[in-house]
Amino acid sequence: MQPTHASRRILLPVRNWFIVVTLFLALLLNLIPFGRLPGIPDWVALVLAFWCVHQPLKVGMAAGFVLGLAMDVADASVMGQHALAYVLLAFAAAGLSRRVLWFPLSQQALHVLPLFLGMQLVMMVARMVSGAEFPGVLWFLSSFTAALLWHPVTYLLLIPQFRPEDKDVHRPI
Amino acid sequence: MSVVGHAPPPFFKRGPAPLVRLVFFVSLSLILLVADLRFHTLEWARLAVATVAWPLQRITWLPIDAAGDVGSYLARQSTLLKENEELRRRQLGTANLLLRQQHLEQENKRLRALLDMRARLPVEGRIAEILYAARDPFSRRVIIDKGMQQGISAGQAVVDDVGIIGQVVRVFPLTAEVLLLTDKDQAIPVEVQRNGLRAVLAGAGSGMMELRFLAANAEVQIGDILVTSGLDGVYLPGLPVAKVVKIDRDSAYSFARITCSPLAGVERHGLALVLGARTALPPQPDDVPAAEEPSRGKRVKKKVR
Repeated sequence: MQPTHASRRILLPVRNWFIVVTLFLALLLNLIPFGRLPGIPDWVALVLAFWCVHQPLKVGMAAGFVLGLAMDVADASVMGQHALAYVLLAFAAAGLSRRVLWFPLSQQALHVLPLFLGMQLVMMVARMVSGAEFPGVLWFLSSFTAALLWHPVTYLLLIPQFRPEDKDVHRPI
Repeated sequence: MSVVGHAPPPFFKRGPAPLVRLVFFVSLSLILLVADLRFHTLEWARLAVATVAWPLQRITWLPIDAAGDVGSYLARQSTLLKENEELRRRQLGTANLLLRQQHLEQENKRLRALLDMRARLPVEGRIAEILYAARDPFSRRVIIDKGMQQGISAGQAVVDDVGIIGQVVRVFPLTAEVLLLTDKDQAIPVEVQRNGLRAVLAGAGSGMMELRFLAANAEVQIGDILVTSGLDGVYLPGLPVAKVVKIDRDSAYSFARITCSPLAGVERHGLALVLGARTALPPQPDDVPAAEEPSRGKRVKKKVR
């Protein structure tokens, strides 16, 4: 089964090192100290969800857990908060992977938006049962930014897998 | 199992079922959450990861630093001139106090000696720069650029030029985390400067603070300045903390709702002063006659035998 997004190309197999590098870059992007500025997307969640959707056999909950622990330390939040949220996100995204790739990219973004919102909700519940303050509605804006970025990120991360198009009239695909 | 030379294709080896893996990782995360929230036992792990990740973190500050540099380069001269003027005016305004301070300190020491009281220990401070606010949206913390290497330890008070900002709660080798006063978990013992009424001030979220557990008819007015009472043994007494902005005396409740706003630029960023750890503790209850002991209030008791 090949992903049938707009490009209609048959993709090359993904390279493992590329997945690792992109997740690492996302972690670096997340470490940039923007403070409490609303609307900054959670890059790690975005890239993790992308790979869980596209390569559910290679990237899964273990990656989510490790990245979550790294984010917990970097964010000065409670240990396990991001880990829990990312594990649930990875599970949901992998479950979605069979279905979501048949849709065009804009509808894919609509599919992943509830995942990001659910992830933030999990984090909020985990912190608020322990008596933290409500971060404000604007905090949820970052999920919407991440969903908006789904389209460009898909092209960006699939670039190494694209093949040059050769027009061959004798071949059916 | 398999025929020689014919390994089963890799897509049949998927390991445990997804649901099993989910349960495993979720329970692991929940254990971590409880261990950190309830028992605070994961500080060593946090320290280890933070130390390893320090160079990475330093790299990620570069864009923000660069943006700040560009911003300050483009700062207009008029702004700088105005700021310079303002600073000079403030310096002149406080010069009178500064010039007399040494004299007053000497006098205070002599008077205290006359009264046979314990000398107040001079407290040294360490200037630190607030690097950025922590990304965690559920608490109010900032990161300062001094850490273990510079002798910062958890529990030290952090002040700016107007009053208290917060308290160091976590120390890494080169940075430290400061919990701001406006955080919901932060409480500080204060007294009303006007009449010495003691109370506990706690963060109320959204940049405000709340004076808790004061009776509905407590003698507090709007505009009262709250200073630290020093009863906790952490903060020095007399440091300005907050100003009362709103009092809600509803007789249906036994306590008044008193909202305060911090005096210091708690949510602003810039330079801060980390005060040295306070070591002067109140006298031992055993050594002092009971009549001199105030019967109320929170006291720090430490057994030294």
